[in-house]
Amino acid sequence: MSRMRQWLLALATLAWGRRRRPAVAEQREREREAEHAAAERIVPAGPPDRRAENLVVALLVLAALCAAGFIFVYAFFSPAEMPNQLLGVSIAASLGLVALALAVFARRLIVTEELEDDYPREHPEEQREIAQLVGESASRLTRRKLLLGAAGATGGALGLAGLAPVLSLGPLWDTSPLFASPWRRGRRLVDQEGRPMLADEVEEETFYTAFPEGADPDELASPIVVVRLAPSAIRLPAGRGTWAPRGILAYSKICTHAGCAVALYRKPRFPVVEPKPALVCPCHYSTFDPATGASVIFGPAGRPLPQLPLMIDASGHLRAAGRYSGPVGPAWWGVRSGEVK
Amino acid sequence: MRTALLATLTAVALLAGATLAAAQPQNGIVRPTYEPEQPSVRLGEELFNANCASCHGIGGQGIGKPRPGAGDVPGAGPSLRGVGALAADFYLRTGFMPLSDIHAEPSNRRVLFTGKEIRSLVEFVASLGPGPGIPHPDLAGARLNSGFELFTEDCAGCHQSLARGGFVTGARVPPLQGYDATEIAEAVRIGPYLMPRFSTSRISEAQLASIVKYVLSTNHPDNRGGWSIGNLGPIPEGLVAWLAAFALCVVCLGLGRRLRA
Repeated sequence: MSRMRQWLLALATLAWGRRRRPAVAEQREREREAEHAAAERIVPAGPPDRRAENLVVALLVLAALCAAGFIFVYAFFSPAEMPNQLLGVSIAASLGLVALALAVFARRLIVTEELEDDYPREHPEEQREIAQLVGESASRLTRRKLLLGAAGATGGALGLAGLAPVLSLGPLWDTSPLFASPWRRGRRLVDQEGRPMLADEVEEETFYTAFPEGADPDELASPIVVVRLAPSAIRLPAGRGTWAPRGILAYSKICTHAGCAVALYRKPRFPVVEPKPALVCPCHYSTFDPATGASVIFGPAGRPLPQLPLMIDASGHLRAAGRYSGPVGPAWWGVRSGEVK
Repeated sequence: MRTALLATLTAVALLAGATLAAAQPQNGIVRPTYEPEQPSVRLGEELFNANCASCHGIGGQGIGKPRPGAGDVPGAGPSLRGVGALAADFYLRTGFMPLSDIHAEPSNRRVLFTGKEIRSLVEFVASLGPGPGIPHPDLAGARLNSGFELFTEDCAGCHQSLARGGFVTGARVPPLQGYDATEIAEAVRIGPYLMPRFSTSRISEAQLASIVKYVLSTNHPDNRGGWSIGNLGPIPEGLVAWLAAFALCVVCLGLGRRLRA
């Protein structure tokens, strides 16, 4: 109850303050104008230059349109077919037009007055004079509000263009696309050319990239990396006992750190003196141990690669035996160390 | 007085060092006393027993757990039965073997055996059991552009697109310049040290020849624009661009100062 009273009080204070302010501001404005009228001009009053003003306004409006174009391009195209050149050209044109507008404004609309003396320091009288100089130099402006509006529109559009890429940080409300995966129980593993993979053809000491049969290979969750280890060396987390038939393991090929493709396989020829086998991401050297469910053994990745359970059908082909052990790709706010909230 | 003492001590230390160095065998390779005319399995066996068996075991059967070998250097190594002429030829001709320390990453290209000795050792290792032979990539039918594509797909992740080498966790990735066609083909089939092995089901013989042709071409890359900057890729190129831009700014500033003065 007391909280409510406080809120009401605060609102009332705010309303009162807002009503009072214009009055004060108006009074100050009037005082300043009177002062102006009283003082003698220092800078000669320049003739109004409507053409230059029009030009500046036109340039600013064009700059705003270019910045809006950037936002349009960014929103209209999907990331895969984003015309980067168009993005660069639009933002560069916008900034260039702003620079042009400022140059025209400075050269043709500001009355200039050259001072022969050194800059005065401790003379309040002369300081006021300088302030007056600066004020009078804008005397040629006839449509101050229009110019300010155009400048505001340009600034706003440019600011929004700068903020637009924030949208790419991910879906905000509906995060279900991040969990999408074409892998289902029974789906066959195929190689790059679409040939189904035979379990017997998977060798140790090397690695394979596989995709779900009949699905879009460009989808983030599609590519998997397949390796074969000696079954005696495999120590998978609890509950994954049947996930690696005959020692064949499958993990998402997308690194859980920054989403690069895990394209390196470290294979020891003589395990007694060489580092153990590992899947390595070439971007930042996140290193995963395939024998223990791709747990992170080095690098910046925060969680293991999601594992895909496998099974071998009657004809010896490899098939998925279920879904991934976790979400694919870099972590986001719904994912903490492999656990889904 | 003190300088004289110091000089004497230095001289004695130098002399002692020189004597010790002279007492060491040239490179640790033990050779039979006779010199046969032709490479032979017998010469290979003698060389193997004297120089390789402390790690690879008697008859190349391998030593699984490190144990004291010759000169109290712990010895351990994989079995050589069934590796064939392929592996022996690659490791000896590139100088990856013999290794001074079993925990060292085989890397340097110091070839300690003569050509005749290497051929003898290869014959001996091949005689230990049936294994793959030395590949002979057919460069006449190889295509440079498909070699480049295959190289970027399967090799460039570690070796960098112009085969200048790099790093993976736990190993150094060697640059591939200076190796001959046979050595490159052998490395792909063996997968030395931490490198994965690529069998014919992964990379066909024709594809391998194309890859070899591309790797050989990186010895003399076609540097468009004339300046290679070490062929290290976009990061050093960007660095050079920034430095050049910085230098240009400094020149412009200097000119501006001069004009104003």
